[in-house]
Amino acid sequence: MELKAIGCEPLQLKMMHIENGHTLEVYQEHGGYEALKKAMNMSSDEIIDEVKASALRGRGGAGFPTGMKWSFVPRDSPKPKYIVCNADESEPGTFKDRYLLERDPHALIEGMLIGAFALGVETCYIYYRGEYHYLIDVMDKAIEEAKAANLVGENILGSDFTCHFYTHTGAGAYICGEETALLSSLEGERGHPRMKPPFPAVEGVYACPTVVNNVETLTAVPQIINMGGETWRDLGTEKSGGTKLWSVSGHVKKPGVYELPMGYEDMEKFILEDCGGMLRDDKKLKACIPGGSSVYAMRADQIIGKKVTLDYEGLVEGGSLVGSGGFIVIDETVDMVDSTKNLTEFYKHESCGWCTPCREGTDWLTKIFNRIADGGGRPEDAQLILDLCDNIEGKSFCALGDAAAWAIQGAVKRFPEDFKKHLLPNGNGNGNGNAL
Amino acid sequence: MGTVATDYTNKVVKTDEIAEFSDEVIEEMKSHLVKYPEGRQRSALIPLLFVIQRERGYLDNPGVNFIAKFLDLEVTDVWETATFYSMFNLHPVGKHHIQVCKTLSCRIMGEPDITGHICDKLGIKVGETTEDKRFTVTRVECLGSCGTAPMMQIGFDYYENLSKEKVDEILDSLD
Repeated sequence: MELKAIGCEPLQLKMMHIENGHTLEVYQEHGGYEALKKAMNMSSDEIIDEVKASALRGRGGAGFPTGMKWSFVPRDSPKPKYIVCNADESEPGTFKDRYLLERDPHALIEGMLIGAFALGVETCYIYYRGEYHYLIDVMDKAIEEAKAANLVGENILGSDFTCHFYTHTGAGAYICGEETALLSSLEGERGHPRMKPPFPAVEGVYACPTVVNNVETLTAVPQIINMGGETWRDLGTEKSGGTKLWSVSGHVKKPGVYELPMGYEDMEKFILEDCGGMLRDDKKLKACIPGGSSVYAMRADQIIGKKVTLDYEGLVEGGSLVGSGGFIVIDETVDMVDSTKNLTEFYKHESCGWCTPCREGTDWLTKIFNRIADGGGRPEDAQLILDLCDNIEGKSFCALGDAAAWAIQGAVKRFPEDFKKHLLPNGNGNGNGNAL
Repeated sequence: MGTVATDYTNKVVKTDEIAEFSDEVIEEMKSHLVKYPEGRQRSALIPLLFVIQRERGYLDNPGVNFIAKFLDLEVTDVWETATFYSMFNLHPVGKHHIQVCKTLSCRIMGEPDITGHICDKLGIKVGETTEDKRFTVTRVECLGSCGTAPMMQIGFDYYENLSKEKVDEILDSLD
């Protein structure tokens, strides 16, 4: 497992290889909490403007501009306000936040404190996925340390700024990474998403103004305050500011978490050189899903020789999305029907059941893929799968349905030769394979 | 005492019995309540259900009845939440609950072999518990450890970069 910055100084990964980097003492030796002190001498608007200038976009997957999200919080609301960190990292192929939470908890606390100071927030929650239970101790200790140093709690650093931190755990539900479902879960309910509007910034947890941000988004905030929004943005491109973490898994020699400047020039080079190349030298690259399982898989010929840049615009042009930055690298030994069946099962299992298109759609898709796996594929199945996806995409209550549809559509449309092998007249494997 | 009925799974007997816990456990439960605003004690439900599961092995009716009383909720409110989340066991599991990650990165890196090996070694199928009640094996969705696939979680502990030999070592080292 690599934890490495390429093409830039490590910012998000700065503390990864420093002994005891998770402790307050070491964090402060490396400039920790200086950004908070700087921010506490700035006005709310100045802080939000810096974050806007940085072009920081939500790192959880949706890529919504963070500064804008913050600016939606009504300043004059008489209700208490909240910041909730979304540490429900569950997107298949994504594991970057786990290392931030394990080795750099104070960066998260500092980022949340800066947001809290800017927005008048007095309570912050960090919502962990239940499986990351062992990481909660790390954060609880960090919070205790910060409290003892008067960085968290009442009258922070002698000012009238007060902010309390609490960890909270989910219990195994992908849907709770969706921000409104996360808030339902934080209130002790089933993790069902809520109608938007009202957006959480106006009515979030306990019907109070709430900002929900991903871990990596919040840990970027101290860097932005330290170096200034524009300087941070210029590490990347104009529209995709700063650096970004990419979780790389699958068939590469060096899987891991890589920090790259946004706009990194070549996806092919990244996979085949920076990540050590294909796991087995005699097996060629077949596909890469670059943004966690919920985005379109890219074929090797969409990557090799195409100079796909790694940023929000570059990946759209290349035929996919940044999503959560979870690179799943797949070699030619993998049957994309099998891999798609695997993801279909995932979305069926994780569909919360709240809305019909997603609940029923993912269930039927799984049934079709099971039938295909059992040797009962029919030529019309490809179209049937696409029709089903059409009936989910844009029609489900939240983005989980869209995610499922994209993952599956992408595979059917881009890997027809794999589906052809399975979808035969009579479903008995004797046909001519003219499907699609 | 009280009424007896079958619950939604038709497997567990439902009773009005309320579980009892030591003062220490009660204090631990109270320590979760202070995290949430007054009147919002339901927020503590998931953390408290984890405590019940740890203390009683799974979410049984007496444990759930206790939580309902403790948080001033209806018993059905507690079940409503408890049945949504995959980490809550609604039936007894073995002392060591082996959860093998089955999602894409783990699958293409050899999860089927690992699961097969564990099942062969323990002589059970996925979803089953060994006769001596030491091990239960389940396959679960992505655990966020894709870079060190294949992997499994036993209890709350992560075991990564698995091979058959490593699985043997791990299972043999558990009591």
